[in-house]
Amino acid sequence: MEKIIIAGFGGQGVLSLGQLIAYAAMYEGKEVTWLPSYGPEMRGGTANCSVVVDDKPVASPVIAVPDCLIAMNKPSLHKFENNVRPGGTVIVNSSLIEDKVARSDVNVRYIDANAIAHSVGNDKAASIVILGAYIKASGLFPEAVMLATIEKVFAAKPKFIPSNKDAFLAGFSA
Amino acid sequence: MSEKKLMKGNEAIAEAAVRGGCRYYFGYPITPQNEIPEYMSWRLPEVGGVFIQAESEISAINMVYGAAGAGGRSMTSSSSPGVSLKQEGISYICGAELPCVIINMVRGGPGLGGIQPAQSDYFQAVKGGGHGDYKMLVYGPATVQEAVDIVYGAFDKAEQYRLPVMILGDGMLGQIMEAVTLPEMRKPGDIKVPEWATVGTHTGADRKIINSLYIEPDVLEALNRTLYARYAAMSEAETMVEEYRVSDAEVIITAYGTVARIAKSTVDILRAAGVKAGLIRPITLYPFPSATYRAAAKKRSVKEFITVELSMGQMVEDVRLAVNGKKPVKFYGRSGGNVMTPEDIARFVTEGK
Repeated sequence: MEKIIIAGFGGQGVLSLGQLIAYAAMYEGKEVTWLPSYGPEMRGGTANCSVVVDDKPVASPVIAVPDCLIAMNKPSLHKFENNVRPGGTVIVNSSLIEDKVARSDVNVRYIDANAIAHSVGNDKAASIVILGAYIKASGLFPEAVMLATIEKVFAAKPKFIPSNKDAFLAGFSA
Repeated sequence: MSEKKLMKGNEAIAEAAVRGGCRYYFGYPITPQNEIPEYMSWRLPEVGGVFIQAESEISAINMVYGAAGAGGRSMTSSSSPGVSLKQEGISYICGAELPCVIINMVRGGPGLGGIQPAQSDYFQAVKGGGHGDYKMLVYGPATVQEAVDIVYGAFDKAEQYRLPVMILGDGMLGQIMEAVTLPEMRKPGDIKVPEWATVGTHTGADRKIINSLYIEPDVLEALNRTLYARYAAMSEAETMVEEYRVSDAEVIITAYGTVARIAKSTVDILRAAGVKAGLIRPITLYPFPSATYRAAAKKRSVKEFITVELSMGQMVEDVRLAVNGKKPVKFYGRSGGNVMTPEDIARFVTEGK
């Protein structure tokens, strides 16, 4: 089982990032739940989602102790960093978060997502860069599965496929 | 079997209703169920159905009343404050013995309350939120797939028993995305217009009357006896419950809907820690699976029941009625839109707080 919390500002692609993991899980024949925070969230407000991937039907979609936290902004890191399972993973969007994770019992990856997205010519794809870094760190799916998922999810907007794949691969090798 | 689709609970429920024969939807927007009317607004016209955003919830439920009276498979959806507004219409629909499907994606109350998940409309759903002696067939699905399967068959059940079927969800069920297998679209020819429907006299048939006014006491009493005989038959045939790791359990946790999923994880956490826990999950909230609780309460191995709800304690009363004093029944709840974690429930079980 893999329990992931993805959190950030509304508009950062937090919910979409979680959905891409959920789609990949479904395509791989896994069981999955994607549970968003909802309500007064808006662009610039806070947003998060909880994703659970398992081989058997998912019981609780609510996560107290995530295996991985993806923090896209500073408030999200501080809200959730102490909940991560010892030995778990924290992916920090260092483009917006200058703070370091205070814990020594988790694996931390600092990803300058904005700069990496810019370097591949897709400034809007910071969350896809982070997704690449997460897949690399977790080994949840082979990279080919995520690339195929990007193709399927963006099938209706094919012009976005190459740039998102580039962003994913850049994050994967960051 | 068709391919799995990743769908939001609200959208999957709307599609399942359409595939189950729903052709008339009337509603008024309210969070956290807005994806249902949004989906219906484009989907129903595709299949020759009717979507109307009414000017109020009261209007919407009365449109359901009218369309149901004419034999159309009709549905409305809302969330707690909106469902309160529908109560008069629901009572009339029950008095007129009409079928329909009502979705309540519950949010915290009382009053306008909040918009986060809650289960505080249990009493309203199963004890009669409107006036008079009536019951509905009330389901509390826990997963998107279960919601899809129930909604797909809900119009058949509503017509069989001539009453509203209510789906009592919560904000989580509406907003969560899960992989679902959608059932086949029902063929229009397979759905018969009920013989009591007001379809006009052009066929040579007698005039039909849809009414909920029965001035003569004997006539009204006879109607109530008929309704209650029907509810008894429904209890025999439709009660649904899931038991998880109950056979040797000493602590029986009980919950419905999405909370039951959280509690299921608690059972696994407790089992791993050596606590013999099990879960009873009512799937139908009315009829309530009292016999399952009675049977568990009789077992020597069972020490106590713990009811878990997103409320200040509502279903716990039906659990206590069923257990009937044979074993202690404790309650753990969160309110206001706060949702407990599996670990929170485990702490309550082991530490009592």
